[in-house]
Amino acid sequence: MSKAKKIAIIDYGLGNLFSVLQACKELGADAEITSDLNKIKNSDGMILPGVGAFGQAMQNLEALGITNVLKDEVANGKSLFGVCLGLQLLFTESEEFGRSEGLNLIPGKVKKFPSETIDHNRLRVPQIAWNKIYACTSEMWQSSPLKSLPDGEFMYFVHSYYVQPEDKKCALTKTTYGGYDYYSSVQKDNIFAVQFHPEKSGPKGLEIYNNWLSSLK
Amino acid sequence: MVETVRIIPRLDIKGPNLVKGIHLEGLRVMGDPDQFARYYYENGADELFYMDVVASLYERNSLESIISKTAKSVFIPITVGGGIRSTQDIRNALKAGADKVCLNTAAIKNPSLIKEASSQFGSSTIVVAIEAIKQKDGKYLCFIDNGREHTGIEAVQWAQQVEELGAGELVITSVDREGTGEGYDIELVRAISSKVGIPVIAHGGAGSPEDIFNVIDQAGVTAVTLASSLHYGCIEGKVFNSEGVRVEGNTTFLGSGKKFNKIKPTSIKEIKTYLRDKDVPCRL
Repeated sequence: MSKAKKIAIIDYGLGNLFSVLQACKELGADAEITSDLNKIKNSDGMILPGVGAFGQAMQNLEALGITNVLKDEVANGKSLFGVCLGLQLLFTESEEFGRSEGLNLIPGKVKKFPSETIDHNRLRVPQIAWNKIYACTSEMWQSSPLKSLPDGEFMYFVHSYYVQPEDKKCALTKTTYGGYDYYSSVQKDNIFAVQFHPEKSGPKGLEIYNNWLSSLK
Repeated sequence: MVETVRIIPRLDIKGPNLVKGIHLEGLRVMGDPDQFARYYYENGADELFYMDVVASLYERNSLESIISKTAKSVFIPITVGGGIRSTQDIRNALKAGADKVCLNTAAIKNPSLIKEASSQFGSSTIVVAIEAIKQKDGKYLCFIDNGREHTGIEAVQWAQQVEELGAGELVITSVDREGTGEGYDIELVRAISSKVGIPVIAHGGAGSPEDIFNVIDQAGVTAVTLASSLHYGCIEGKVFNSEGVRVEGNTTFLGSGKKFNKIKPTSIKEIKTYLRDKDVPCRL
């Protein structure tokens, strides 16, 4: 990397941002955990992480004034990397605690895993597991930060909800839990977002961060 | 439908040292926790589980500096338990680099902490440890303060209550089996695992890869944590130089060259290869 990329890790008071910051630092990025709107605007790329409740997350983003800045920056072409809840927040709405509205950057819904597997056994929720990610199309995979990984690589997942994009063209990978296939990552223009935790998925996960950082202008 | 199972090395910490006991007592020094943690990370661990084994007894938190050091170079999930009594303690542990925290003593003394913590940090951040001892009448009762203090609370009922309060995961310790290598207490683990919908981690008694297969196969769990046989595998394999062992604490065991009775020194790779041969999916 010629000059260290300035990365804004968006802090809205939910989740553990330590490991996301460590991953960025390990790879030589000039990363900062921040909710400062100017720092978000002046960054080369934005990471939206998060663990926790969808509704609370949206309320916090709104209260901090981050919602509009995030949308503007994405519209201006800045890269956004969503992780876990940070993927789900990009969608139109979630069924978590009734119904909550999301950022609507990707049309679609966030749904809860059922309590039974496809063959009627108990499905443990949250899914807390290393699970495999499979390419929806090899063209998408090759044009994404996953490009250097083998198709079917293990990543670490912790979640009770999954995303359902309306437009399947933005679906990047598929994963199976309890016999159900769901989309475990999406890519749409300058947005790349994953349900799993690359910062908790060992060297292969760091490779994803590295590829994303290298893709930033 | 068998999901991918997790093999989680457990690191019991006392002061600056990695220690290991039997029935959670009689702690012996194993070495520098950071060395073990990195070794496990580089050799197939799916997560790491740290427990400050005397923290709740002395009401102190000494684990944070150990976690911070490890979390800078270990990129798998880290759970931290021992002496966590408040949402502020949880916040501090997360800030130090933990991904999940494990509650036991404080949760039993104040069950609303589980609810408060899971709504504040997300269910998947809150793990509850249940340390159970089998009674003469066959019932399993919960103990706190690292297996020392009797509570009279029935383990299966408590597990169900903990799930309702919003915990995302359970660690079930058989204090009777812990450190013995006699195998997991399948009856205990199955009794709880069949009554809750959240993931369950079995703990206490692993002496061989076969013990791990048995608890996965017969108790319906998708995760196990174990300490002795992995630590002994490292020590017997002379994975570290002697600088990893500090002089403080009871180190006579390390110097004695003693054998480990029922506990077979092993490695994560050996365990996973064994499981895969038995058609249990794991990340190898």
